[in-house]
Amino acid sequence: MKILVAIKRVADPDNANKVKIPPSGDKIDTAGLEWKMNPFDEYALETALRLTENGKSPKKREGEVIVVTLGPKDTETTLRSALATGADRAIRVETDDAELDGRLVSKALAKVVEEEKPDVVLLGKQAVDGDNNSVGQMLAEHLDYPMATFAATIQEEDGALLVGREVDGGVLTLRVKYPALVTVDLRIVASESVYSTKTDRSFKYNEGVRFAALPAIMKAKKKPLDVKALSDLTGGAELATTYLKFEPPPERKAGIKVADVTELVDKLANEAKAL
Amino acid sequence: MADALVVAEFADGKLKKSTFHAITMVKQALPALGGAFDILLVGGPGAKAAAGELTGFGARKVLVCEDASLANYTAEHYAPTVAEVGKAHGLVAMTATTTGKDLLPRVAAKLDAAYAGDCADVSADGGKITYKRPMFAGNAFGYCQLSTPIQVATARQSEFDPAAPEGGSSPVEDVAKAAPGAAAERVEFVSLDSVKSERPELTDADVIVSGGRAIKEKFFDIMEPLADELGAAIGASRAACDAGYAPGDYQVGQTGKIVAPKLYFAIGISGAIQHIAGMKGSKTIVAINKDPDAPIFQISDYGLVADLFEAVPALVEELKKQKSA
Ligand SMILES: Cc1cc2nc3c(=O)[nH]c(=O)nc-3n(C[C@H](O)[C@H](O)[C@H](O)COP(=O)(O)OP(=O)(O)OC[C@H]3O[C@@H](n4cnc5c(N)ncnc54)[C@H](O)[C@@H]3O)c2cc1C
Ligand SMILES: Nc1ncnc2c1ncn2[C@@H]1O[C@H](COP(=O)(O)O)[C@@H](O)[C@H]1O
Repeated sequence: MKILVAIKRVADPDNANKVKIPPSGDKIDTAGLEWKMNPFDEYALETALRLTENGKSPKKREGEVIVVTLGPKDTETTLRSALATGADRAIRVETDDAELDGRLVSKALAKVVEEEKPDVVLLGKQAVDGDNNSVGQMLAEHLDYPMATFAATIQEEDGALLVGREVDGGVLTLRVKYPALVTVDLRIVASESVYSTKTDRSFKYNEGVRFAALPAIMKAKKKPLDVKALSDLTGGAELATTYLKFEPPPERKAGIKVADVTELVDKLANEAKAL
Repeated sequence: MADALVVAEFADGKLKKSTFHAITMVKQALPALGGAFDILLVGGPGAKAAAGELTGFGARKVLVCEDASLANYTAEHYAPTVAEVGKAHGLVAMTATTTGKDLLPRVAAKLDAAYAGDCADVSADGGKITYKRPMFAGNAFGYCQLSTPIQVATARQSEFDPAAPEGGSSPVEDVAKAAPGAAAERVEFVSLDSVKSERPELTDADVIVSGGRAIKEKFFDIMEPLADELGAAIGASRAACDAGYAPGDYQVGQTGKIVAPKLYFAIGISGAIQHIAGMKGSKTIVAINKDPDAPIFQISDYGLVADLFEAVPALVEELKKQKSA
C-alpha cells in the first residue's frame, strides 16, 4: 500500500500560552518556541507506519510512506525526522507560512496526490496553530475521494479502510474504498486503534507514537527529499485569507481557595449565584 | 449585494439545536452582504416535517432537501446539494459541530471558497465580513477577511447565543438532491454507535462536571451523583478519555468540545493548556485538585485543595443539604 501523509510543523503546542502579540496586533510572535511536528500529523505518520507493516516486525515496510510539507527550507528538519521514524521519502513545497491558507494548501496537496497516486492520503484533523480543521476535507473534495475525518480507529480491509470516527454523541463507522482520505484524531495512537491486514488483531502497539533510533536518524539523511514550487501546484490561485489583526484573549484571574465543601457551596450559592 | 445561507443540522429525525447558533452568526454578518438569508435543511425522512421549526426566524426561505438516501449523514452525499444551493449565496455557514466541521470545508472546496473555521464572532465592516477566530489553543484571536466570491464559515456554538424566534413565517420550498460525485460510490455508512443519555448535551448544558485521569475506573461512580445533583452534563479531560474511563466524545478542550456553561467543575484535572482552551469561557469555574500548584487553579474562581474521592461525595451531601434548607 502506498500512503501519502501531509505534515505541518507548528510552534511548540505545549507552550502555546507563551505566544506574544505586540501592541500593534500585527502578528502572533512565536519567537523562542521550538518548532515541533503538529501532534495530529505525528499521529497520522504513526498511523501510516502501522498500516504498512506487520506490527510484530515493524522494521520491514510493506508498502511506501511519503511525507509532504508546505513550508520554508527549515521545515526540512521536520521532514527528516519523519524519514527517521520510518517514512520512505519526502516532498517539500517551497513557500512561506504567511502565504498559505487552507484553500491553497489543499489545492497544492491535490496536485501532489495526483502525481503520486497513493492508495490512502492521511492528514491530522487539525493544525494546532491555526486551529482551522479544514485541509483534509477540502483536499478530499478536490480529489473527489471518499473521506473519513476524525478517525479514532482504522482496520485495513482488502482495498478499503473501516474507520471509526469520533463524532458528537458517539462513534460513526464508515468504510472508504481506495483511493481514500482519512484525517486522524487523538485516540488513533492508542494501543489497539490501527490494524493493517498483516497485523494480527491480538497484537498490541505501544501507546503513542514511535521514536527514531539513532542509526535511523543517520540513514534518514540519505533518503530522497524533493522540492517543488508552490506556484507550479496551485494553478495561479491566490491567497484568499487576510488576517487584519491579532489580539490576546481576555485574562482570566485566579479566584480564591476555599477551605472545604461547605464554604464552596456557600460561595457558589451566595456569591457567584451559580446554584 | 449577496445573500447568506444557513445550513441546518438534522439527525436522528430531529432538528439539532446547534442550528440556531449559526442563524445568529449569519444575522450578524448579513449587513456586510446587504441581502437576505435562507436556511437549508438536508436529511432523510422527517426533514420536511422539521422545516416548520425554522420558519419563524426571519429567513427569506426555508429550503428542504428530503431524500431517503440522505438518512445517514456522509459529506460525500450532502456536500453536492449544499454547494448547489450555496452557489447562489455570498456566505454559507453552519455551526462547528463534528458534522459542520466535516461538511463545510468540503462544500467550500466545491465552491472554490475560502473557509473560516470555528469562528468566535463576526462583524460587518463596510461591506466586508470580519471573522474572529480562536487560534493557538485559544491563546490568540485572529481577525480575518476572505476574498473569494463565496465565503464559507463555521460558528463556535458556545460563542453565539441561539437565535430567538422573531415571528413571521418563511415560505418552505423543496430542493432536489444534487447528484453526488465518484467519491460517494466509495463511501459506505456502516453504523453510528451513540450513547443515549438523559443528561443535557455538553454543548448546551448550564452546568458541566468534568473529571480527569485521577478518577480512574471510578469515573462514573464519582461523577454521576454530582451530575445528578446539579442537573449537569459530564465532561472529561483527554487523559481520562484516552484511558477509556470516559467515552471519547466527553472530551472537553482545544481538540474536543468547546464549552462555556454558567458553572464548570474541573475535578482531578491538572489544567493543561489544551483543556483550558475548551472551558475557560465558562462563567464560574470550580477546581478540585489535591495539588495546590495545579495550573487549573490559575483560572478557577473557586479552588478546593482536596482528595477528590472524599471531596466529591461530601460536595454531593452538601448540595443536598443546601437544596433542602
Ligand atoms: C494535540 C493534543 C491535543 C490535546 N487536546 C486536549 C483536549 O482537547 N482536552 C484535554 O483535556 N486535553 C487535551 N490534551 C492533553 C493535555 O495536554 C493533558 O495531557 C490532559 O488534559 C491531562 O489530563 P488530566 O488533567 O486528566 O491528567 P493529568 O495531567 O495527569 O492530571 C491529573 C490531575 O489530577 C490530580 N489528582 C490526582 N489524584 C487526585 C486526587 N485523589 N484528588 C484530587 N486530585 C487528584 C493531580 O494533582 C493532577 O493535577 C491534548 C494534547 C495534545 C498533544
Ligand atoms: N503547510 C502544510 N503542509 C503540509 N500539510 C499541512 C499544512 N497545513 C495543514 N496541513 C495538513 O492539514 C491538516 C489540517 O490542517 P488545518 O486544516 O490547517 O487545521 C494538518 O494536520 C496537516 O496534515
